Amino acid sequence: MAVKKREKDLTFWERIYVPEIIKGLSLTLKNMFKPKFTLQYPEEKFIPPASYRGRPVLVQEENGEERCVACGLCSRVCPPLAIEVQASETELEKERYPVKFEINMIRCIFCGFCEEVCPEEAIVMSKDYELAFSSRQEAIYGKDKLLVPVHQLQDRIDFLRNYK
Amino acid sequence: MSIWEIIIISAIKIFIIVNLMLMTVSYLVYFERRISAWAQNRLGPNRVGWEGIFQPFADVLKLLLKEDIVPTQANKPIHTLAPMIALFVAFTTYAVIPFGPEVTIFGYTIPLVVADINMGILYVLALTSLGVYAITFAGWSSGSKYSLLGGVRSSAQMISYEISMGFSIAGVLLLSESLRPIAIVESQAGWMWNAIVQPIGFITFLVSAFAETNRLPFDLPEAEPELVGGFHTEYSSMKFAGFFLAEYANMIIASALIVTLYLGGWHFPYIETFGLPEWLTSVIQVATFMFKLAALLFFFIWVRWSLPRFRYDQLMNLGWKVMFPLSLINLIWVALLIIVFGF
Repeated sequence: MAVKKREKDLTFWERIYVPEIIKGLSLTLKNMFKPKFTLQYPEEKFIPPASYRGRPVLVQEENGEERCVACGLCSRVCPPLAIEVQASETELEKERYPVKFEINMIRCIFCGFCEEVCPEEAIVMSKDYELAFSSRQEAIYGKDKLLVPVHQLQDRIDFLRNYK
Repeated sequence: MSIWEIIIISAIKIFIIVNLMLMTVSYLVYFERRISAWAQNRLGPNRVGWEGIFQPFADVLKLLLKEDIVPTQANKPIHTLAPMIALFVAFTTYAVIPFGPEVTIFGYTIPLVVADINMGILYVLALTSLGVYAITFAGWSSGSKYSLLGGVRSSAQMISYEISMGFSIAGVLLLSESLRPIAIVESQAGWMWNAIVQPIGFITFLVSAFAETNRLPFDLPEAEPELVGGFHTEYSSMKFAGFFLAEYANMIIASALIVTLYLGGWHFPYIETFGLPEWLTSVIQVATFMFKLAALLFFFIWVRWSLPRFRYDQLMNLGWKVMFPLSLINLIWVALLIIVFGF
């Protein structure tokens, strides 16, 4: 084995190992009594910061209508083609609304492009990270699951206004 | 005592010891996981029962339900034999280690050791050296490069460290003038613990014990990063569990040996002068032994989660160039104690 010369030689106390071992042992002993980082998941939950990109959701206004005008930009920009939008006309001021808005959560990669491209702040990434389904059908989220009242999303909308 | 009484009493002692060992081993695994977690600011397994107290049973159940895979390249009889040797050695060694003084129950005077043989230490040395066969067999018979390397490393390590271990023990034997474990414990009454009388021997024995039990920082036969899993790479199900149990049982034996040889065995210093009733003295002495054992087991686990693994050449350097001369120095020191100070 090639012997490499050290840049700095060990002192006598370092070479006899024992004091260094005691140092190491006392470090681990100290750490045994420190507070733990573990979150006990089902009971304690992780509350993500506003910058967290969880499940994409549609913003629902106070009057119960969605903001979305079904322009289809999100569907167009989505890299894994997870979003499907079908537009229709409405009497409201915005004139268009999505009859069908579906996100396939098996495909979604949580990139946040949809939210970035949306001109109406109508689709945003929520803090919801508990996504589990037992079938492929269940994984396709329709409007019923996607619409979330605006006051629950205020955090993320403010974040987007500041940093987008 | 008739022969039948001796057999029955021995059978009871064996039953208690084996069950105690199995329980301790399984709980040692649990505590290893908890303590490692605490040292890393985690919590560890705390779900099965109160604070995860039933985790060992869940582990055993899991291992029992696993498929037992034998590689096609393996030498089947030896592949099966290896974990058996490991377990056999681990459990039989404990027979000579005394865990308490003689007690009198229902008129019988019973020494609290399964087999009170007068060359017990030799028996322990012989059996612990047999343990290396389990690892070498496992490594060789698996038909895998990694396992073979682990097995070869294990035997090389065993040879290098058994020498310093033997010489450290020689120091103890000089003082006690007996190979009988009970006599060795009795020679350490009061504060005449061998760890205090011959500290160098204690340290060399401790380090050699770590090497003998293949615990970190000397777990080169396993060495996950280089050897995948070393000798037990190709083992699964209960055969793997056999090695696992044997490793922890070896840890208990090493700790019990250290307690017996260096930390005064069951002696609670000067308990005879407290004037307690005889039965209470015995109970306290057994409890003292258990406490010393538990403290050493904690030390084993604590060291594992503090120190990095030695490189192989460093291991050999330490064994031959440091531990071996140190144990010789210790022997000379003990000889001086006896000749000059008349111990």
